[in-house]
Amino acid sequence: MKKKKRLTSTAKYRLTKSKIFFFAVCTLSAITMVPLFLILWELVKKGYKQFNLNLFTEVAPTSMEAMLARISDSPIPGGILNGITGTLLILAIAIIIAIPVGIMVGVYLAENPKKRMAGFVRSLSDLLQGIPSIVIGVVVYIWIVIPMSGYSALAGSIALAIMMLPMIIRSTEESIKMLPTSLKEAGLALGGSYTTVVLRVLLPSAFSGLFTGSLLAISRVMGETAPLLVTALGASTVNWDATNPTSAISLLIWEFYNDPNLANLVWSSSLLLLLFVLGINLFAKSIAKKWKIQ
Amino acid sequence: MKDKIFKAILFIAACLIILLTAGVIYGLVSKSLGAFSEFGLGFITSTEWDSRNDVYGALPFIAGTMMTSILALLFCIPFSLSVALFNGEYFRNKKVSTIVSSIVDLLAGIPSIVYGLWGFYTLRPILIDMGVSDQGFGILLSSIVLAIMIIPYASSLSAEFIAMVPNDLKEGAYSLGATNLEVITSINLPVAGSGIFASYVLAFGRALGETMAVTMLIGNTNNIPTSISDTGNSMASIIANQFGEASGVKLSSLMAIGLLLFLITACINFVAKYIMKMVNK
Repeated sequence: MKKKKRLTSTAKYRLTKSKIFFFAVCTLSAITMVPLFLILWELVKKGYKQFNLNLFTEVAPTSMEAMLARISDSPIPGGILNGITGTLLILAIAIIIAIPVGIMVGVYLAENPKKRMAGFVRSLSDLLQGIPSIVIGVVVYIWIVIPMSGYSALAGSIALAIMMLPMIIRSTEESIKMLPTSLKEAGLALGGSYTTVVLRVLLPSAFSGLFTGSLLAISRVMGETAPLLVTALGASTVNWDATNPTSAISLLIWEFYNDPNLANLVWSSSLLLLLFVLGINLFAKSIAKKWKIQ
Repeated sequence: MKDKIFKAILFIAACLIILLTAGVIYGLVSKSLGAFSEFGLGFITSTEWDSRNDVYGALPFIAGTMMTSILALLFCIPFSLSVALFNGEYFRNKKVSTIVSSIVDLLAGIPSIVYGLWGFYTLRPILIDMGVSDQGFGILLSSIVLAIMIIPYASSLSAEFIAMVPNDLKEGAYSLGATNLEVITSINLPVAGSGIFASYVLAFGRALGETMAVTMLIGNTNNIPTSISDTGNSMASIIANQFGEASGVKLSSLMAIGLLLFLITACINFVAKYIMKMVNK
């Protein structure tokens, strides 16, 4: 019997098709990585001229100063000191709020995995994680900015803390769950109370997970602009008072972007922000890797 | 006694999360009542956004958000699926895949505002040169940038699901003479299908809420976009743009948009989490 072989069913055709697909996958994957380098290159190329010591020691210039500098064709004076200090202040308060609460909730979830309450809290934490950052900003505006009758660093910190919480809860829960049960049992058998076992055995053993989780959470909220826009607002001077409006690096970038006179400063400040964020990110991942191997 | 106090503290911390969520919902609902009592449910379907007459409607922004996010999702699929197959199937547990996945993950670390700048100064001129529109702003520009932003979320999760496909299934197919591609299309993708779907739903949820990049690129006009080169405004971007100067009914309307955005993203995330729960069972 003679069977007509169709082209599409020959082994050669199928293998070629498979190979072409493989190359397509590799090419598309390679293309996906390109934007990271394009963005880095763009920031370095346009930002290095303004990336100097002044960036760290002087506050942002006014639109007028920048215009004068532009007319005389000299580099724009000033830096983003008010943004750097603001970011540090806002982040510090956010960390103080989010990390203890997040760790406690994480411990609760890991210790009571089957309780209905734990399941409920876990889904709510997922829900919180999904809320768009601008909506969190609006909520903090409603609860903090309106009652305090003014924008403040504290409001910004609370917004960032709410964004960090779900990530810290998740990483605490997962890293405690990964610990062997025998560890906890050994602690209890030695006569340690429940409190001692959690504080002296479980949390220190899970430290690497907690630490990297918190670092990743920090790096994620560090570049946030939208929630700060409606909570911390921004300020033109260095401010260490948490109840006053405060600037942040990301807020300054937004200001520079909106003011044609200051547009040149946008690149150096973005470069600094990106270096901060990616640096923390890479650092967290590298120690995660190191500690996992041991 | 000490233990009881400690346990109570943990319990209270967990209650804080419930309180926080309740506070988010209560705050948004109570502040948007003003807009809803003024315009009724017609607020959602009205296309008007008129500050002078104090008449507001959310439809143009819902449309803008949906158009940008859906387009972004479409743009992101070929790339993130490739990355997922690269890391989860072709080069699973190889060194090159850890490099690729960490570089793609770094994309998720770039702040939204930096994406916005890059889109504004680098991509926009390209779109203008291509003759998409005069100014370059619009749905297309924002969806391209959004697509890049959500690729890492979609690809890392779906790579995990693709890597979870049992080896014996794949080996069975190989032993029957299937090629690499045939194994992927007839084993990997069907088996990991719902997981991959869930990761795209999650990525879609991310795209819905992105604020700064979209605000900088979408063009900020309060109309329903009619084509992909048209300008518009998304729910997040109208809030970011007009929140500072708003008061009274307008402020309440912006908060109502915030509430709608919250509800939409919550539903999307719930669907994704539900699918993933079913997959893991």
